[in-house]
Amino acid sequence: MAVDKLILILLVLPLLGALVNGTLGKKLSNALVGGIATGVMIVSFCCAVLVFNQTNDTKIIHLFNLLKLNDLHINASLQVDALSIWMTLIVTGVGTLIHIFSIGYMSHDKGFYKFFTYLNLFIFSMLLLILGSNYFVLFFGWEGVGICSYLLIGFHYSDAEKGMANSIAARKAFIMNRIGDAGLLIGLFLILGQFNTLEFTGIAEKLSLDPTLANGAIIGITLCLFIAATGKSAQIPLFTWLPDAMAGPTPVSALIHAATMVTAGIYLVVRSNFLFELAPLTKDIILGIGFATSMIAAFIAMRQNDIKKVLAYSTVSQLGLMFVALGMGAYTVAIFHVTTHAFFKALLFLGSGSVIHAMSDEQDIRLMGGLAKKLPITHLTFLIGTLAIAGFPLLSGFYSKDEILGHALAHSPILYGTLMISVALTAAYMFRLYFLVFHGKFRGGEQLESHVHESKAIMTFPLVVLAILSIFGGLLNLPGIFLKNGTHWLQNFLVAHTAGLEKIHAEHASNATILALMAVASTMTIAILLWAYYTYVKKNKLALADKELKGWQLFSNAKLYIDEVYNFLIVKPIEYLSKIAYSFVEIKVLNQGVFGFANLFGKAGSIIRYWQTGLLSNYLFWMVIGLIGLISYYIIKLQFWNF
Amino acid sequence: MNSVDPTFATSIDFYVILASILFVIGAFGVLIRRNMIVLLMCIELMLNAVNLLLVAFSTYYGKGDAQIFVFFIIVVAAAEATIGLSILIMAYRNNKATDAGLFKNLNG
Amino acid sequence: MSIELLTLIIGGLTIGAALMVVISKHPIRSVLFLIVTFFLISSLYILMNAQFLAIVNIIVYAGAIMVLFLFVLMLLNLNKESEPKTPKIVLISSIVASGILLLVLIAAFKDSIQLSHVHLPPEKNIGLVKNLGNLLFDKYIVPFEVSSILFIASMVGAILLAKREKPIID
Repeated sequence: MAVDKLILILLVLPLLGALVNGTLGKKLSNALVGGIATGVMIVSFCCAVLVFNQTNDTKIIHLFNLLKLNDLHINASLQVDALSIWMTLIVTGVGTLIHIFSIGYMSHDKGFYKFFTYLNLFIFSMLLLILGSNYFVLFFGWEGVGICSYLLIGFHYSDAEKGMANSIAARKAFIMNRIGDAGLLIGLFLILGQFNTLEFTGIAEKLSLDPTLANGAIIGITLCLFIAATGKSAQIPLFTWLPDAMAGPTPVSALIHAATMVTAGIYLVVRSNFLFELAPLTKDIILGIGFATSMIAAFIAMRQNDIKKVLAYSTVSQLGLMFVALGMGAYTVAIFHVTTHAFFKALLFLGSGSVIHAMSDEQDIRLMGGLAKKLPITHLTFLIGTLAIAGFPLLSGFYSKDEILGHALAHSPILYGTLMISVALTAAYMFRLYFLVFHGKFRGGEQLESHVHESKAIMTFPLVVLAILSIFGGLLNLPGIFLKNGTHWLQNFLVAHTAGLEKIHAEHASNATILALMAVASTMTIAILLWAYYTYVKKNKLALADKELKGWQLFSNAKLYIDEVYNFLIVKPIEYLSKIAYSFVEIKVLNQGVFGFANLFGKAGSIIRYWQTGLLSNYLFWMVIGLIGLISYYIIKLQFWNF
Repeated sequence: MNSVDPTFATSIDFYVILASILFVIGAFGVLIRRNMIVLLMCIELMLNAVNLLLVAFSTYYGKGDAQIFVFFIIVVAAAEATIGLSILIMAYRNNKATDAGLFKNLNG
Repeated sequence: MSIELLTLIIGGLTIGAALMVVISKHPIRSVLFLIVTFFLISSLYILMNAQFLAIVNIIVYAGAIMVLFLFVLMLLNLNKESEPKTPKIVLISSIVASGILLLVLIAAFKDSIQLSHVHLPPEKNIGLVKNLGNLLFDKYIVPFEVSSILFIASMVGAILLAKREKPIID
C-alpha cells in the first residue's frame, strides 16, 4: 500500500479512537473502550512497520495549505524519513504495550473511557509532532502533547485527599512547558524571518546553498529551540515539573514522561541538526546543561523514597545524558539512547505500577521489601530493567551508554571522567531502589502484606515484551568489535535516509578504545551492584526516615531545595506583582477610575437637578437668557465674518 | 395720493425698533407677572410685535408672503389661546388660584 | 400733519399701551389696554396699506381672543389684586434680562438697517384682499388646509380639557 495512505491511516486512527471513546465511551463497557483504543494503536503500529519496510528517501506528503502570503507558504504536510518513522515505531510500539497495561491497571477507575480518550489524543498529537514536515505542524503537535500531559497528570483531580495536589502538579507541568513553548514560538518567528519558510527540507536546502545565510541569528534561533527542548524534556532550569508529574497514574508516567513526550525535545534538536551544526556555541551550552542536569538529577535520586520519584529523576538524568550526546553532535547516538531508554524506562515504570498496584497504591519504598517472591514476573522484569539502565554488560542500556561515553572521551577526557560519575550514580540509586523494594523483609505491616498479589496477565504481558526488548535492544546499534557486518545498523539507517544527518561524520573509535571503555564501564557497574547488595541486603541498611537525614542525604532528599528556590525567586515575586496589580490597578485605577467616572455623571446630575425648580417663571427667565445668548452668538459670529 | 408715496415715507428702522421694543416689553411681562392670564396676554403681545415686523418687511420688499405668514400666525395664536385657557381653567379647578408659582411639578 | 409724524405718534402710543398692559395691577385693565394696543397696531397696518391684515387683526385678535380672555377672567373671578408680590430679585433680574434682550435685538439689526436705503420697485397693492387671496389660495393652499386640522385639534382639546370630570359610578 502506498506510503501516504498508510501514514494517513496511522495518524488519523488515534484521533478517531479518541473521538469515539470520548463521545460514546461512557456508555460502552470497559472492555470495548480498551479494545477500541488498543486496537487503534495496534493498527497504527502495523502501518508504521509497513511504512518502515518501504522507507527509502525522504517523502513529503502534502495535505493542505494553511497560509499563502506572497512567497511564504505554510502547509500542513507530513514528512516520512528514517528519523520520523523510527520515532513513530517507538511511539506506537511502546504506546501499544502501555495501552494493554492500562486496561488492567485502570480497570477499577470510574474515568476509564476518559483515560483512553486522552491517551489516544496524546498519541495523535505526538505523531503529529514527529511526522510534521515543518515547524508549524511540529508546534501543533508540541502544544497538543502539552495539553494531553496536563489532562493526564491531573486525571484524578477530584480525588478526596490528593485531588488538589494533582491539579497543582498538572498546572506546574503545563506552565513550565509554556515557558519552553514561548521559546519555540520565538525561534519559529526568527526562522521565518531568516529563511521565509518553515519546512525542514526548505531550510536545509537554503543552508546548503549558502551556509552563512543566517549568521547573525543562528545563535538566537538555536537557543530558542533549545529552551523549548529544556521545557519539554525537563532540563535545567525547567525540570522541576517532571517529578511532580508523577502525581498522574503510572501508565501516564510510563508513556509520557519516560518514553515519548520528553523525547520530543531530543527529536526537535535532531530534526534541526542543520541549524545546530552552524552554532557551536549553542552546542556547548547544550552539552553543559545536559551534563549538569544529569549530575544534579542523579544526586537527587540517591535519597528519594517514592518509587516513582526515583524513576522520574532517573528520567531527567538520562535525558541529560542524551543532551550531552546532542551537544557533541552525536545525533544518531542520542536517538539510539532514546530508543533503549524508551524500552527500559517504560518497563521500569510499568513495573513500578505493578508494584504499586500490589501495594494497594502505597508508593513509599520504606514500606516495601521482600516483594521478589510475591511478585515473580514483576520482579524479574524489573531486575532486567534495572540492569539495563545501570549499564550491565550486553544489555541495551550498556551499548547506548557506551556510545555516548565513547564520544565523550573523544571530546574531552575530563568530560568522560565526570560523566562516569553520573553513570555510577545512576547505577547506585537504581540498585538501591531495586534492593529496597524487592529484597529484605517486608516493612509495610500485616494489613498491606495480605493484599500483595501478582498482577493479572494483561499487565504482566507488556512487562515481558519490554524486558525482551531491553535485553536485545542493543542489537540495533552494535559497535563494530563483535561482528563485521550488521553493526551500527540504526546509525546507518538514520544517516542514510534522513536529510541532513549524512553530513555529520560519526567517528568510530578504534576497537581497542571501545573494548577498554566497555571493560571500565562493566567493572564499575558490577562493583556498584555488589556494593548495593552488600549495603542494602546484607547489612540491611534501611532508608532513613525524613527526620534523621543529615548532610548530603538531606540535600538529596529535599531535591536540593530547587523548588523552594524557584518559589522564592520567581513565584513569590509574581504573586506579589499580581497582588499589587489587583489592589492598585484593579481596585484603584479600574474600579474607582471607571466606576468613579460613571458616578461622576450621577453626582453631576444630582447637582444640576436643582436647576429644575419647576417654577414656571424660572423657566421663562432662562428661556429669555437663552434667546439672548443665541442672538448674541450669531451677531458675534457675523461680526467676525463679514468684515 | 400725493406724489410722494405715503407708504414709504418712514424708513424701516422705525418699525424694527418699534417691534423690538414691543417684543421686549412682552418678554418683560412674561417674566414678571404671576397671574396666568396676564402671562398669556403678554405672549400675545410678543406675537403681535412679530406680526408688525413681518408686515413692515412685506411692505418694504413688495412681497406678499410675509403677510400670509402673519395670517397663519394669527391662526395659530387663536388655537393656542384656546388651549391655554382650557388648561388654565383646569389648573384653577385644581388649585383654586391661578398663580404661576403654583406650577411646581415640572421639576426634576 | 405728515404721515411720518402720525406713525411716530401711533408708535409711541403703542409702546405706552403695551407698558400699561404689563404694569397694571388689575387684570381687567391689562386686557383693556391690550385691546387698545391691538387697535393701534391695526392702524399701523392700515398706514402700511396692509388692509386685510388690519381687519383680520381686529376681528380675530381684539374681537375674539380678547373677548375670550375677558370671559375667562370674569368666570374665574380673578378680578382681585390677589397676585402675590414678586420678590425684588426677580424684578431686578427680569429688568436686566429684558434690557439685555433689547440691546441684543437692536444690535442684531445694526448692520442690516442700512438695507433700508435700497429701493426696490414696490408694489403698492400687495396688502389688498384680492392679491393676498391669490397668494393664499395659490402658493399656500396646503398650509391653509392644514390649519383646519389645527383648529379641529384645538377645539377637541379645549372641550376635553375643560370638561368637568364625571364622578366615577361604582
